[in-house]
Amino acid sequence: MMAVVAEAPDIDLAAVLDGPPRDHNRSRVSLVGRILLYVVLVIAAALVLLPFYWMVASSLKTNNEVFTVPVQWWPSVPQWENYVTIWVKSDMLTWLKNTLFLSVVVTALQVFTGSFAAYGFSKTRFPGRDVLFLAYIGTIAVPWQSYMIPQFILFSKLGLSNTLWSIVALQAFGAFGVFLMKQYFDTIPEELSEAARLDGLSEFGIYRRIMMPLSVPAIASLTLLMFVTTWNDFLGPLVYLRSPDLWTIQLGLRTFISQYNAEYALIMTGSVLSVLPILIVFLLGQRYFLEGIATSGMKG
Amino acid sequence: MSESSVAIARPTGAVGTRGPLRRLWLRNALQGWGFILPNFVGFALLTMVPVVTLFYYAFTSWNAFGKAKFTGVENFVRMWNDGSFWTALWNTVYYTAFHIPLTLVVSLGLALLLNRRIRGLAFFRTAAFFPYITSIVAIAVVWNTLFSPDYGPINQFLRAIGIDNPPGWTASATWSMPAVIIVGTWREMGYYMLLFLAGLQTVPRELYEAARVDGANRWQQFWGVTLPMLRPTTFFVTVMLTIGSFKVFDLILVMTEGGPGQSTLVLSQYIYQKGFYENDFGYASAVSIVLFAICIAVTVIQFLYNKRKDA
Repeated sequence: MMAVVAEAPDIDLAAVLDGPPRDHNRSRVSLVGRILLYVVLVIAAALVLLPFYWMVASSLKTNNEVFTVPVQWWPSVPQWENYVTIWVKSDMLTWLKNTLFLSVVVTALQVFTGSFAAYGFSKTRFPGRDVLFLAYIGTIAVPWQSYMIPQFILFSKLGLSNTLWSIVALQAFGAFGVFLMKQYFDTIPEELSEAARLDGLSEFGIYRRIMMPLSVPAIASLTLLMFVTTWNDFLGPLVYLRSPDLWTIQLGLRTFISQYNAEYALIMTGSVLSVLPILIVFLLGQRYFLEGIATSGMKG
Repeated sequence: MSESSVAIARPTGAVGTRGPLRRLWLRNALQGWGFILPNFVGFALLTMVPVVTLFYYAFTSWNAFGKAKFTGVENFVRMWNDGSFWTALWNTVYYTAFHIPLTLVVSLGLALLLNRRIRGLAFFRTAAFFPYITSIVAIAVVWNTLFSPDYGPINQFLRAIGIDNPPGWTASATWSMPAVIIVGTWREMGYYMLLFLAGLQTVPRELYEAARVDGANRWQQFWGVTLPMLRPTTFFVTVMLTIGSFKVFDLILVMTEGGPGQSTLVLSQYIYQKGFYENDFGYASAVSIVLFAICIAVTVIQFLYNKRKDA
């Protein structure tokens, strides 16, 4: 698997994020060509975003209005009260609280233990290091679904199942954070650490005073990616969180759907509420997001 | 490794070569492990142990109560005769066979469209990427209403353009898998687009200049320059897509629950069903081994193939 990962091409991040250098032969591209390009892009973007528009519009409709012939693209009278009703009818607050707790704890652990281990893999040398890293990478290629059964048995024995800690244990020590941070540390020149060593800084000092400040972009990427992954995780909570008071927003929403399956509008309202925090996080840290994906190329 | 240079850097004199070197070696090892340990303890216990014990449970019969009983290859014989297992395997292959090429073409197409300086670039890239980070449950809800056979916008549109008998989508055994594949592709294309965009940055511009001088048109440039130069990226994307497709689960569980009938039952879901609904942990582990083996095999084959082409 190491070799597979090594195949991931070297990436000029600035170029990925800002687009290629300005083409001086732009006159070659005719005006018609450019207009055509925009038409294609606008149509494509509209098609991609249509489901989200549909979700928001439906969340403001009455149940009957969600399915009509012909399609009603905007509610005749926006039902803002849907956004109040859902709090009354569901345990939205509990779900959001649990999800937030998990996302924060998992993200913090991934960032701290992950970057710490990544420093060990990237900047220190000891026998067996590369084999060990290979084992980390290998588990990224193995789908979780294939070892979720023995893991579930183990977690039950440890008394973790049906606690929020099961999800923390599941997500917090994954290989992803280690991998992403190592990729970044590898790009920081060895001379910096050497200089610091000559000045008498300990390895931990180098990690804390030099590597950490230099890798703020990578830490930001990892933080955002982990937060979103944990927030959206469905399968982990489905397997481990049985009591309703432990449910995350994803589990809660799904139960809400089966319980109120005719309340289309309310279901859409719940969906909007489950996506909204992610939209905000995404728009705030968009640049780091794309950077993180481009750097790591993969997700746990 | 750097040990020889270290020896030169630190003349040892009377102490002898072995002592300080060994001490340095030990110090390095301790330091390295010190950094890795906090993560490794969790990783080894919570990930590596389950991966290893999987191979034991697969050869046992166990229903969560009592002890696992070693039964040899019994689970695998049972699997061989289990129609539902073959259905799940076939459906997984079906999903993979369509999802991979479709996603490759769409994400590469998007990357080519967006690999230039244009107004609103950030908007278009964000739009393409957004489905990837929204929750599966919300996505499934929305698409299920869009796909609704009688009143859903998609079928209304299809009727409007003259298709009198539009597909039943998730309500139909024939169309449920295509519906899931469409949503899966829509969800993931932005992610792979980003990887392709990154790959396109590595293509040297001089190659295009040279191709233009030789009179190659855009289409020829694409086949002669872009595609060959993108091969490492394409390889990487294909491997990730393959693993991703074989483990598909959440999307299907929330959209169709494997139905109607068993028309969208996939391997991961079958493992989940056997394990967590029927407490048939031994058998579920055996099915897990198949999923595990497929993912490893596909990765190795793709890697060997890629290596041969490199040579």
